[in-house]
Amino acid sequence: MANAKGNLRSDLGRVRGLGSAKEGVAHWWAQRITAIALIPLSLWFVSGIVFLIDVDRASAIRWLGSPVTLGLMSLFLIAVIYHAVLGLQVIIEDYIHTHAVKLTLLLIVQFAGFALAAAGIVAMLLITIYGG
Amino acid sequence: MASHPRPLSPHLQIYRPQLTAITSILHRITGGFLAVGILPLVVWLGAAACGTEAFDQGQALAGSIIGRTLLFFWTGAFFYHLLNGIRHLAWDAGWGFELPTAYRTGYAVLIGTVILTLAAWALGYWARGNV
Repeated sequence: MANAKGNLRSDLGRVRGLGSAKEGVAHWWAQRITAIALIPLSLWFVSGIVFLIDVDRASAIRWLGSPVTLGLMSLFLIAVIYHAVLGLQVIIEDYIHTHAVKLTLLLIVQFAGFALAAAGIVAMLLITIYGG
Repeated sequence: MASHPRPLSPHLQIYRPQLTAITSILHRITGGFLAVGILPLVVWLGAAACGTEAFDQGQALAGSIIGRTLLFFWTGAFFYHLLNGIRHLAWDAGWGFELPTAYRTGYAVLIGTVILTLAAWALGYWARGNV
C-alpha cells in the first residue's frame, strides 16, 4: 500500500490533492479569502450605514449615490454573499441528512445568493445613475 | 459491543459548557443570522432605488421596535462574527491554540463584541441627534 517514500497516500491521490473529502481545499480557501476581504469591507459598510438611522431618502442617497460607495458596496455584496453561501452550505451539509431536502436547500441558497447579489448591485447602479 | 463497558462520551445536555465550545457554536449561529440579514439589506437598497415612498416605508420598518431590536442583534452578531472570525484566521495561521491563549482570546471576543456593539449604537444615535 505504501508508496516509494513510505507514505500511505497513493501517488495518484497525492497528485490530485483532493484529500479525504474528495473536493480539495477550494471551499475552505474561498471562505478564508472572502473572510479577509470582509474585514475592511464590512467595517466600511457598518461605519457608513450607522449614520443612516432615521434619515430621509435625500440624505441616504448622498452617501449611497457616490461612485465610491457603488464600487465598495458592490464588492461588499459580492464578498458577503459568497461568504454567506459557503457558510450556509456547511451548515446545511452538517445538519440535513435527507438527500432530497439537503439538495433542495443547497439549490435555494445558491440561487438566492446570485439573485440577491444581482438585485443589490442593480439597485446600487440605479441609485448612482438616477440619484434622488 | 455491550460486553465492553467502555465509558461513553457525555451527551451534550450533561456536558459542562466550555468557553471554547460556546464561542464555536456562536460563530455558526451569528453567521447564519447575519446571512439572513442580507435579504433585508438588499430590499432596503431596492427601496432606496425605487423612490421616496418606498424608502420611507423601509426606514419606518427599520425604525420600529421590532426593526431596531433585530438591527441591534445584527450589530452584535456582526461584531462577534468579525472578532471571532479574526480569531479563527489566527488559528488558521497556527497561532493561539494553547488553552490559556484560546480562553484569553475567547473572552476578548465576547468583551469586544459588547463594547463595539454599544459604541456603534451610541455613534448612530449621536449622529442622529446632530444631523
